[in-house]
Amino acid sequence: MNYTLIFNIAKALLLARWRQTLIAAIGVTFSITMFITLLSFMTGLNDLLDGLVVNRTPHVRLFNDIKANNHQPINASEAYTNSYNFIGSAKAGNSRQEIYNSRAIMKTITQDSRVLGLAPKINAQVFFNDGTIDITGVVNGIDVEAESKLFFFTDYVTTGNAQDLKNVSNSIILGKGLAQKLLANIGDVVLITTSKGELFSLKVVGYFQSGILDFDKVQSFASMATTQKLLGKPGDYITNIQVKLKDIKQAPAVAKEYATLFQIDTEDIQTANSQFETGSFVRTLISYSVGITLLVVAGFGIYNILNMMIYEKMDSIAILKATGFSGRDVKLIFLVIAITIGFFGGMAGLLFGFLLSALIDQIPFNTAALPTITTYPINYNPVFYFIGSSFSLITTYLAGFFPSQKASKVDPVIIIRGK
Amino acid sequence: MILEAKHINKSFHDPVTIPVLNDISFSINKGEFVSITGKSGCGKSTLLYILSTMDTDFTGDLLIDGESMVNKKEAALARVRNEKIGFVFQFHYLLNEFSVLRNVMLPGLKLNKYSESEIAHRANEKLKMLGIDQLGSKKANQLSGGEKQRVAIARALINDPHIIMGDEPTGNLDKKNSEIVFTIFQQLASEFNQTLLIVTHDPDFSAKTNRIIEMEDGRILKQ
Repeated sequence: MNYTLIFNIAKALLLARWRQTLIAAIGVTFSITMFITLLSFMTGLNDLLDGLVVNRTPHVRLFNDIKANNHQPINASEAYTNSYNFIGSAKAGNSRQEIYNSRAIMKTITQDSRVLGLAPKINAQVFFNDGTIDITGVVNGIDVEAESKLFFFTDYVTTGNAQDLKNVSNSIILGKGLAQKLLANIGDVVLITTSKGELFSLKVVGYFQSGILDFDKVQSFASMATTQKLLGKPGDYITNIQVKLKDIKQAPAVAKEYATLFQIDTEDIQTANSQFETGSFVRTLISYSVGITLLVVAGFGIYNILNMMIYEKMDSIAILKATGFSGRDVKLIFLVIAITIGFFGGMAGLLFGFLLSALIDQIPFNTAALPTITTYPINYNPVFYFIGSSFSLITTYLAGFFPSQKASKVDPVIIIRGK
Repeated sequence: MILEAKHINKSFHDPVTIPVLNDISFSINKGEFVSITGKSGCGKSTLLYILSTMDTDFTGDLLIDGESMVNKKEAALARVRNEKIGFVFQFHYLLNEFSVLRNVMLPGLKLNKYSESEIAHRANEKLKMLGIDQLGSKKANQLSGGEKQRVAIARALINDPHIIMGDEPTGNLDKKNSEIVFTIFQQLASEFNQTLLIVTHDPDFSAKTNRIIEMEDGRILKQ
């Protein structure tokens, strides 16, 4: 088999009809460009939206839930072991939100090889006093370093410095919405009443903006020590342990394991935020189906042009066959033509797709909800480029397959005798 | 013996069965210049396409170079055509995408027996022999009718075939060009001992060949 000859003939046929070739290739280029741009942009947005929640949500959260005890005394009574006991208005007996033996738990978790890191947290319900009005809010006592490292806390502090929480005593970072309600500027002092009725004054060192407005209207952050002081608790008082894993997919299994190991309530990220996964799955599905539709349309374009080319080149096919080219050779020639269009069209498409998404990446995108974003988000995942290029080759191969099959079956006798 | 036909029968089946060839048997020896003549519709072209291996829908046996062509695969037949048969048709069938030289080279490149430069050299020699080597770099569609047919003959010769088959090779040409083409065929037969089998309805042409096979209604009248 002489492949150089096949390629030469294919090349000559392609160049002889370079306008048609160009149009077919532009069809592929356009669809691949759109495929790449669409997927990069869509996934970029997906990652952004997921990041809003996933970045700041622990993969596994350990806490003490306020709920009625599962082991009610009547169930232990021998007289009622064989009956089903309905208990009305059972009250939660455990009023403590504190995690018992938190130091030992944290030490065990840190040594787990699946764990990337952990950050302790204290939730404290408070009232912010604004003149005569009390605004309900939450003070989150955090370890600034762990929180920044695992949950990108500093990214969301839009004004002020997150480190000041640790460096300035009795300091607080307010949610942007909360700060606006309190008319509190940086350096101002806000008054807080704790749930126990004690009054504190804290200095505002920064604003926090998460992008979720309702969240920013109630949340504020202080250091662990400050929060413990607010609540009048000792230095080992912790209400939450937030764990970030190396592999997010292990979260449900790890959560279940910790629940039995530490006799504590746990929650994994998949359960807490299942709607986000569904949302991004559907968005990705839509992008892929639009991209693939574009490619199929381009495939039909190639199919048409090849069919026309074969009708035009009937004489050439006949004489090639008469002078010793087999049906397989003729088929290969037209397949090479199709795949060449797919290859060069696809390559140009990858390039233009990259350029177009790079252009979108430069377009300013400022929104109050997303403080860390300045331009439209783009995901430059090489997987899209790989799918795009292989798909362009596969569609053009299929588009070329039937016409070239037809060309291989051309009966030279009919053509030559018809003249 | 270059080519031998044994009891070849062929019928068209659409819409009703009509016999076109009836028990055709003959043989052609090396160096013979044979013409097949007969009235239009007598089956002479049909016979030629069977002999050329392009039409495989017949009964009987066909031997080229002592080898039976019946039951051969399509690719194997293509190889036989490439190596052993040269074609000249009424229409030149040159590829406009290629230069004249390249057109002549194509069957040689397909055979892949010599290097590309060697094939180019041989193609040039064939063109020189036919007196058209100055046209080698031109595109096929820039040539006159007579020139095109001479290029087609050069293309038929490139692989030194056992036999050259022609289907009305002068049918589209004027008197002068017909003369030129005939002289070339005669020269090939006499000087290079080339076997030729030409289908023609031109009695002047066939009269000048070594041997005439006359056909009528799908039979050989005399040979």
